[in-house]
Amino acid sequence: MKIIGLIVAVLTGGLLVYAAGDFPAWSDPASPASTYLSPHFIEKTIEETSVPNIVTAVLADYRGFDTMFETTVIFSAGVAVFLLLRTSGPKTQQTRLYRHQLTGVTVRIKEGAELPPSDNFERIDRFWTPHDLIIKTVCRLLIPFIQLFGLYVIAHGHHSPGGGFQGGVILGASIILLAISHDLRTAIKRVAEKLDAVLCAIGVLIYAGTGALCLLLGLNFLDYKALAPVLHVDSIMARSHGILIVEIGVGVAVMFTMIWIYSNLSSGGKYNQGL
Amino acid sequence: MVWPIDLAILTLVVMVAIGSLMVKDLLGAAILFGAYSFMMCLLWTVMGAVDVAFTEASVGAGVSTVFFVGAVFRTSRRTRD
Repeated sequence: MKIIGLIVAVLTGGLLVYAAGDFPAWSDPASPASTYLSPHFIEKTIEETSVPNIVTAVLADYRGFDTMFETTVIFSAGVAVFLLLRTSGPKTQQTRLYRHQLTGVTVRIKEGAELPPSDNFERIDRFWTPHDLIIKTVCRLLIPFIQLFGLYVIAHGHHSPGGGFQGGVILGASIILLAISHDLRTAIKRVAEKLDAVLCAIGVLIYAGTGALCLLLGLNFLDYKALAPVLHVDSIMARSHGILIVEIGVGVAVMFTMIWIYSNLSSGGKYNQGL
Repeated sequence: MVWPIDLAILTLVVMVAIGSLMVKDLLGAAILFGAYSFMMCLLWTVMGAVDVAFTEASVGAGVSTVFFVGAVFRTSRRTRD
């Protein structure tokens, strides 16, 4: 079986390498790919949308329908992981052990009993790791800057590389870093599971809703020129602002999908432990 | 394109890709796959596709490695084949 797989892989790879010989030369201006549409994007993007970064304009405006379904794919991945892994099951919490971090006293909580409200208790179970001051402090110092950078990447996507996807992933990674450096419960306390589910649906809704709003205002789906009377700008700036709105939608959807997938994946759908 | 950099990165991409397939330890394979993503990110940057490189760095090398490590952590660390 392994040998058959190897033969198939080598044959396919060889065919691809052989076919690569027919490619036009790298950055050849006369190749079909850069003859018809590319000159239009390169010359007209700034006039038509006033967005300096052509990639952003192509992704979110000229090719916005495609990007909308990319966001839907991310959302579907989150829902799929949720449906596969999340187990509701009866809460058979037997006796739980908690350690008070300041005094080092271990408290035994019996079934049905509640822990006194305090932030200084940490759960001790199979996945308990010792309190590591350096890792926790460094991560706590880094996370605000990571989040600020994520917001910058989303907001500055018109002018520099970046946009909703990258910014959303960076924002999601900051919460995942919190979950790794502390534990999953700390992250869930900040971003609850229901919030994850609701907000990644809302992100897709922002994108699709912007398109539907254009449709209601009399133009095509995702034709941001229609937003001009709503936003009180001319039709060129309306396209620029429309791109920003959908990028924010993509960012929200991607950020919360990443957190949702991580918390389901790392806790096996039980939401009580984690990495 | 600077060809020595290009050649070095391409060699590393192939080596890391084969390594991540051959390694028996799945945690090591996940880390090697992260390294592969990072090399691909450098390759996109060399070719001038900065947006793609940015996505590759954040999604490929960042979050997907974490997802792989999380999945390995919840299942088993060694492959059976």
